[in-house]
Amino acid sequence: MNLEVRAGERHAIIGPNGAGKSTLFNLVSALFHPTRGRIELKGEDITHLKPYEINRKGLSRSFQLTNIFPRLTVFDNVRCGVLWSLGYRYSIWRRISALRNAADRADEVIDQLGLKRRRNTPAGVLSYAEQRALEIGITIASGADVILLDEPTAGMSRSETDEVVALIRRVTHGKTLVMVEHDMGVVFGLADRISVLVYGQIIATGSPAEIRANPTVQEAYLGKSFAHA
Amino acid sequence: MITPPLVTRRRLAVWGAFLAMLIAGPLIFNKGFALSLLCQIGIMTVFALSYNMLLGHTGLLSFGHAVYYGLGAFSTVHALNMHAALPIPVTLLPLVGGVAGLALGVIFGYVSTKKAGTTFSMISLGIGEMVAAMSLMFPAFFGGEGGISGNRVTGAGLFGITYGPQRQMYYLIAGWGFLSVLAMYALSETPLGRMANAVRDNPERSQFVGYNPQRVRFLMLVLSGFFAGVAGGLAALNYEIVTAETLSAHTSGAVILMAVVGGVGQYYGPIIGAALITVLQIAVSSVTQAWMLYFGLFFVGMVLYVPGGIASIIVRHERVWSAGLLRRLVPTYLLATVPALVMTAGVVAMVEMAYAIVDSIGYTTMRLFGVLLNPKGLGPWAGAVLALVVSALLLRLAARAIGARWQDVNTELLTREKSHGDDAGAAPVRGVEELRTGVDHQGSESRSTSG
Repeated sequence: MNLEVRAGERHAIIGPNGAGKSTLFNLVSALFHPTRGRIELKGEDITHLKPYEINRKGLSRSFQLTNIFPRLTVFDNVRCGVLWSLGYRYSIWRRISALRNAADRADEVIDQLGLKRRRNTPAGVLSYAEQRALEIGITIASGADVILLDEPTAGMSRSETDEVVALIRRVTHGKTLVMVEHDMGVVFGLADRISVLVYGQIIATGSPAEIRANPTVQEAYLGKSFAHA
Repeated sequence: MITPPLVTRRRLAVWGAFLAMLIAGPLIFNKGFALSLLCQIGIMTVFALSYNMLLGHTGLLSFGHAVYYGLGAFSTVHALNMHAALPIPVTLLPLVGGVAGLALGVIFGYVSTKKAGTTFSMISLGIGEMVAAMSLMFPAFFGGEGGISGNRVTGAGLFGITYGPQRQMYYLIAGWGFLSVLAMYALSETPLGRMANAVRDNPERSQFVGYNPQRVRFLMLVLSGFFAGVAGGLAALNYEIVTAETLSAHTSGAVILMAVVGGVGQYYGPIIGAALITVLQIAVSSVTQAWMLYFGLFFVGMVLYVPGGIASIIVRHERVWSAGLLRRLVPTYLLATVPALVMTAGVVAMVEMAYAIVDSIGYTTMRLFGVLLNPKGLGPWAGAVLALVVSALLLRLAARAIGARWQDVNTELLTREKSHGDDAGAAPVRGVEELRTGVDHQGSESRSTSG
């Protein structure tokens, strides 16, 4: 397969279950390593880098299944997402509560997430929707310019979904966004371009209008999905 | 956000009180026995806190922490014995232990921190056994069965401080102990310290915020090795002898016991554990041979019923106390005390009678709770079993009453917090507690929430 995402665009990846969407994310973010092929980020080969090395290059991802730090507070969850990007690394010489810029950035993100009231609550006791919002918060906290979101609205009600879409719009402004999503309303409302993945193959890439009009896509995936809805 | 000041009134009060306690300790407990007990508690405090850097802070369950403590102790005693050639002031000798622990942490940490969880635990067990086996293979360094002894009085000393008197030794331990406790606390409040918590909670996710979890674990292990080595160094100077037992599995087990009983979820937990276990060890072992068995029972009971350790009990009650609701709990607690005591007496009676039968051939009577009885007689056994069964049943009832009262108090706390509009603490109290006290979460609940 061959997939190219342009800088600054919002790119959605859709496809039936088991098409390999999450696997694609796991390969790009180096959770898995590819046996063949090549992955580039901003023109640089990142195929053999470790997840944390890729993250440091400005690519940050969220997870389909909520993946947070359950015993840390919401504030600490987000702050952990900030620390490396501000250059604090593995420091044992600095007091974490004295790091103004890290705290300010974390609070700014928490504000955007609408989790201000939950700032000092352990993340593990948040509601599902709150944890999903936090998941996005940790992902964008570092200010990475390439964001991968894996089904950010999975398992959410209509109103919760609308809130998350608004949130994604806000926090990915001016960044490159790649998103796996099942909710066609979200995909067609948010994406500049869409790629359709079926059995590990990209069968089409194009604007929402092009994808909607594409007969192969309709046959392979969209038609069925629309019929369901 | 306003940066919280480094020195707050609360911090000043807590650390000031701690320091005052350390200074005043030997003035109150000035008998030889009490003083050496204090020394032992001080050493164990540093050791247990260093262990908790791994277990509580980083989520690493090590079965071989005695390696760093023991080799720190051996290094220190050798440095002491080389005093003529290498005159390091005795005051600074614990640092030799620290550096030895740190160096070992670099070597063993490189091997063991590649993986967390069970893999780490097994490797730590293997390293512990390996070093313990080595101690018998290299008698030149480890001194064989007799161990290595030294003499901490190396000369006239500065200002007459020779460390000859036990009290001077105590203040050396107190000084290094205070610095270590402070340093380890400070460490837990650094970027590395916080990321250690993150790695404990969810190593996978920590990779995706730019951190290498392996590096975080490695650094924490190295630093933990340093403080364990300092504790070992203090032990070497205090006892003036180091034997192979210091780096045995027994010592590794003892430090787990201290950390877990004290509570790994709070910074101060292991301090309580170190003090309690040390006192119990000496007190119980002086009255009965069966002390190890009691320790086992105690440990199992703690892990089963109070997995967060004593510190978690304190945290829970502190919240209730500050809300002025503790009075509601006290009556049920008093009610439970009686059957708890009877049950303990029943267990103790059975254990002691069993030991008496095995040990004292020829004797037909023993003294138990001030009563002469025949350990082979049916009466005493029947009495003990009856006491145990009846009190266990009563204790169940009492526990139910306590549970009901707690539910009461929790509901009250929740409604109060809600009416205050402070959402931060409004999460179910029990949920928070479980999250804080759990040791082996490894982020598993975050994954299960969306399953």
